[in-house]
Amino acid sequence: MNPRREALLWVAQRATAVVLAFCVLVHLATIIYAVRGGLSAAEILGRTRGSVAWAAFYVLFVVAVAIHGAIGLRAVAAEWLGLRGKSAEWLMTGVGCALAVMGLRAVVAVFG
Amino acid sequence: MTTLRVRVWRGGRDGRFEAFEVPRGQSQTVLDVVTHIQRHLDPTLSYRFACRVGMCGSCAMTVNGTPRWTCRTHVDKVAKGGALEIGPLANLPVVKDLVCDMRDFFDKWARARGQFSPTATKADDFARVRPDSRPRLEADAGIECIGCGVCYAACDVVAWNRDYLGPAALNRAWTLVNDVRDGGQGARLAAVAGDAGCHACHTLMSCTEHCPKALSPTRAISGLKRATAAAVLSLPGDESP
Repeated sequence: MNPRREALLWVAQRATAVVLAFCVLVHLATIIYAVRGGLSAAEILGRTRGSVAWAAFYVLFVVAVAIHGAIGLRAVAAEWLGLRGKSAEWLMTGVGCALAVMGLRAVVAVFG
Repeated sequence: MTTLRVRVWRGGRDGRFEAFEVPRGQSQTVLDVVTHIQRHLDPTLSYRFACRVGMCGSCAMTVNGTPRWTCRTHVDKVAKGGALEIGPLANLPVVKDLVCDMRDFFDKWARARGQFSPTATKADDFARVRPDSRPRLEADAGIECIGCGVCYAACDVVAWNRDYLGPAALNRAWTLVNDVRDGGQGARLAAVAGDAGCHACHTLMSCTEHCPKALSPTRAISGLKRATAAAVLSLPGDESP
């Protein structure tokens, strides 16, 4: 066990939790606002297409999810599956990368 | 005189509960019940106690599913329908009957660097620590632990992760982190960081709920999380044991 890395991962998970709290609120508020105006693909794309601000917001959201989720699943794998050490590190990295790639693809799709 | 139906754990890990009938008494404690069984019904019953007044912390057992000091637990309070089930503390190897092997528990205090590391010599004057200073207040909040193991038995994270240092050892480490005379802080923070240390705690608060001294190891562990976060770049970055 590497104490500095373990503590850094904990800090990263707490820091991304703060980002997620903000992002989820903005995301939900937008959905509720959008539904009131009639929810449609055209309206969503109308808002996000070409908008650097929305693209930046969702890039931040996706990166926070990837980091936060991966670290959390690592702890679940350790406690519930007894998966620790190198195998858990690979699982965490894989899940984090997969979440980031899938999320960023979606961001590109609604921005472009 | 009414009687209590008591089921008591017998044997080691693969043991079983054995039923006894014990006369009810006034102001009877669970320890009184166990003592009655050992003195009058079955002298081979093994259990630990010493002070009988909540000072030594040696008589902790699982009473109707909950870890408690048996000497400070009145039968009235816990015997639902006149029935008691008494077992050894959870999360520790059973030696025999109600006796646990406490070695893991205390070894973890040492692994959490629960030893005071002095910095002064006898040539130095007494350290002056203001009673109302924040570190002194934080240390005071956790210092009364007597090492009974109730929090350790109550902790789910200990059950999931055998290496987890546990609430009592981390509480001890936090009192020393707040001891301004102590010189072992770097090694201590490194020892309590990570998967076996404070970062494994999920803040379930069973330790705080069950502590017979009404201490809050959860608060201590939160303090260690803050302290390790503040010192994160000075923690050792290599694979330590």
